[in-house]
Amino acid sequence: MSQSNAALNQSAANAIEWRALCSRQDLVANSGVVAWLDGAQVALFHLPHTEDGEQVYAIDNRDPKSGANVIGRGIVGSLKGDLVIASPLYKQHFRLVDGSCLEYPEQRLRVWPVRLNGDAVEVGLQ
Amino acid sequence: MNSIVTPIQRETLIIIGNGMVGHNCIEQLIERGALARYEVHAFGEERQRAYDRVHLSEYFGGRDAESLAMCEADYYARHGVHAHLGEQVVEIDRERKEVVTSSGRHAYDQLILATGSYPFVPPIPGAEGNSRLVYRTLDDLDEIRAAANARRGVVVGGGLLGLEAANALKSLGLEAHVVEFAPRLMPVQLDDAGGAALKARIEALGVGVHLSRATQEIVAGEEYAYRMNFQDGEYLETDLIVFSAGIRPQDALGRSAGLEIAARGGVAIDNACRTSDPAIFAIGECASWNGSVFGLVAPGYGMARNVAAQLAGETCEPFTGADMSTKLKLLGVDVGSIGDAHGATPGAKSYRFIDEATSSYRRLVVSADGKHVLGAVLVGDNSYYDTLLQYAQNGIKLPQDPSSLILPLSDGAPALGADALPDTATICSCHNVTKGAVCCQVDAGITDLGELKAATKAGTGCGGCSALLKQVFEHELSARGVAVDKSLCEHFAYTRQELYAMVRVEGIISFEELLAKHGRGHVGCDICKPAVGSILASCWNQPITDPLLVPLQDTNDTFMANMQKNGTYSIVPRIAGGEITPDKLIALGAVAKKYDLYTKITGGQRIDLFGAQLHELPDIWGELIAAGFETGHAYGKSLRTVKSCVGSTWCRYGVQDSVNMALVLENRYKGLRSPHKIKFAVSGCTRECAEAQSKDIGVIATEKGWNLYVAGNGGMRPRHAELFATDLDDAALIRTIDRFLMFYVRTADKLQRTSVWRESLEGGLDYLKAVILDDSLGLGDELEAQMQLVVDRYECEWANALKDPEKLKRFRTFVNDGRGDPDIHFVKERDQRRPVRASELHLIPVTEELN
Repeated sequence: MSQSNAALNQSAANAIEWRALCSRQDLVANSGVVAWLDGAQVALFHLPHTEDGEQVYAIDNRDPKSGANVIGRGIVGSLKGDLVIASPLYKQHFRLVDGSCLEYPEQRLRVWPVRLNGDAVEVGLQ
Repeated sequence: MNSIVTPIQRETLIIIGNGMVGHNCIEQLIERGALARYEVHAFGEERQRAYDRVHLSEYFGGRDAESLAMCEADYYARHGVHAHLGEQVVEIDRERKEVVTSSGRHAYDQLILATGSYPFVPPIPGAEGNSRLVYRTLDDLDEIRAAANARRGVVVGGGLLGLEAANALKSLGLEAHVVEFAPRLMPVQLDDAGGAALKARIEALGVGVHLSRATQEIVAGEEYAYRMNFQDGEYLETDLIVFSAGIRPQDALGRSAGLEIAARGGVAIDNACRTSDPAIFAIGECASWNGSVFGLVAPGYGMARNVAAQLAGETCEPFTGADMSTKLKLLGVDVGSIGDAHGATPGAKSYRFIDEATSSYRRLVVSADGKHVLGAVLVGDNSYYDTLLQYAQNGIKLPQDPSSLILPLSDGAPALGADALPDTATICSCHNVTKGAVCCQVDAGITDLGELKAATKAGTGCGGCSALLKQVFEHELSARGVAVDKSLCEHFAYTRQELYAMVRVEGIISFEELLAKHGRGHVGCDICKPAVGSILASCWNQPITDPLLVPLQDTNDTFMANMQKNGTYSIVPRIAGGEITPDKLIALGAVAKKYDLYTKITGGQRIDLFGAQLHELPDIWGELIAAGFETGHAYGKSLRTVKSCVGSTWCRYGVQDSVNMALVLENRYKGLRSPHKIKFAVSGCTRECAEAQSKDIGVIATEKGWNLYVAGNGGMRPRHAELFATDLDDAALIRTIDRFLMFYVRTADKLQRTSVWRESLEGGLDYLKAVILDDSLGLGDELEAQMQLVVDRYECEWANALKDPEKLKRFRTFVNDGRGDPDIHFVKERDQRRPVRASELHLIPVTEELN
């Protein structure tokens, strides 16, 4: 699944409940912040200029290797065409699109659909 | 059914002597599979296994015995070679074919003598103790070091080893003098003009040179411990005397066993390195072939190769003498001697180039018909050596004007292109590796210079051929269309050094700009982003909290603290030089107590506060800055600490104010972004309490100023720093460090410490000295100006961030909730808290109640 988030948002828009987490001003360009979601921690990454235009990704903040909640503080990058986040502790990479790990197939992070609704950053609950 | 098994009966081979040649012979035997035929026992008189005697003087320049060793500690055991170190062979019983040692008798079938040589000490009345030191073994060097708590040292002997010994005395901080019997230095290798150029250069380095002097006696001195009285009525006083007046073959065992001894000493051998007893070989400096003893390592290796091949049952070329050409750096001065350096061949003609301004000298000796090189002498610049040697060794026809080979050219020494060399040309004479052998390895797929060296051993003997080897290797690679990939990552097909140059030259100030101009894609990755972030910071020193730079940083740089395993941060305020007032110490304690931070003293004389969550960092720093602290950059690839001892202010041994110098240095270079972290130390005297020799920059006080050491390292692969400059005044010290650090920032690779960078520099320490101290690239002013720009733009990053609400927005654990991370748990241990371990998670409710 490498379709863009925007397309995903449109096709799934009707089936899912959207929850506003924070405002657009809370995001940091080309980097991450973390939002609280009913006990879950959601790392939000804002990429203003990708090949598919502006994108926001939501991915679990918990690093499965260390058990620490640090993914939101990693570096965003692109490896062989995939947008990835590198964990700041042990530097393994997770695909932003589906949360799969490049180095360790058994590690996988939860991802949420995201949309920008006016000033609000909303994630989809399924 | 019985089957008949023939046991493989191995003969016993004993090798006496574990020096470079003895060891090389064992290596050759292993590689040729000869251990299937022989059980090998190696006896060595010294305690240490074989070490690199060619680079012995580096023992005083920071290398230890282990790093000089010729092989890994378990090498012999791994290959089934029995090593008997520290066990001297006292007799060879040829009748019973046994050697006798202090521990007993050992039978042999074949015996190899590799006992080397010993220093010749002329019989001079009064020479004893510290006036009769020699320079040959690590034990000798330890004795010299023990005696070196002195002011002045004299070396008797102005040959190759004597000048090495003088260098050793100099690096021990002594005023060094050389006394030579002949009317010139290095009489064997140089002619009069060459000797004069070398003398001028060495005297310019502060080493006294006394020629045509024969020492008659040594008596008690007036100003120094000893007085040497010369035959001409002159005298020289000194605290210690090292004799390096030539070597003598260590042939005592062979002599007493009745082997034939050559007229001028040495166990006589034939072209197969056999002695007069067919069961006994002799190799290296204890052997005499055709009446000559060869005092260089390459001929010794040649003999070792010859014997190993015979024992392995291979056919081998006879040993027919050796080329005595040498290329050396003595006291930092290039000296080269090739073939018939004195023009002794009948009809030989010479070309000479003399530059009295820089004391450079070159002589080219050509054959009577003017077609071939017979020999050469070089003083001051060995860049001509490789080409001249190839002309001489391969009989390459001289160009129309042979003088062009030694005349200075605007673009450096004329290089004989790698493609002009025949396949038979020897590249590495220590290990007899030809250009053809290098080509074979390239054909076999080797594309890395390190792998090539491992496979062929080329460049691993004296190292003199490194530049030529690299040249040939790269030429052969490109001839086969192989491009060596030096890309930083998939987004930049450039090295860190190349990117640095682009950023500087084109004035690039953002990652996006660099990526758009010289990279691929729109995003980058966690390899190129921090690397470029560091380059931008090194060049322009903008605050790293700048929105353009934030996404490039590792989390530690982004949040200006060090992330620990549970996602919390540690905080290290700067405590320059390790000096702190009681008030500030109390303030630090109060902050740690208030936020319940685990507190530990670091190795860099600072205090580390652990366990702060992201959202607590601004409050903690607000209080620290109010108390007068500033950031310590413990999170950055930048200057960490300048460790110091108390120095002359308090210490009865101190000779300079080390604390003050540490403060000056730390405050100058704090905030400098570099390829990796940088650590300094300043010691107030030679006792070195600040451990400066394990730092990137080490400064040690002398009576006259400061000695500067560079490129040391602790950590995983410790490395002693190397002495770089001596007796600098304060201004010269800072100027030198400015240049050194900026040159490192400019040219090092990503995440390369100064130690690894220094080892990777083509030309090594001498090249670095030329660039930094002699300004050979003309970069000095530019490097200093760049450093001054960085110094002038310094601002505490935490003070800057606290002023800006936009920047502080990032320091929230959750952007939509004020709580801390509920998954972070601590337990108490030794009255402080630490992160809970996975196995202790069931304790959490209890401990939190207790809190």
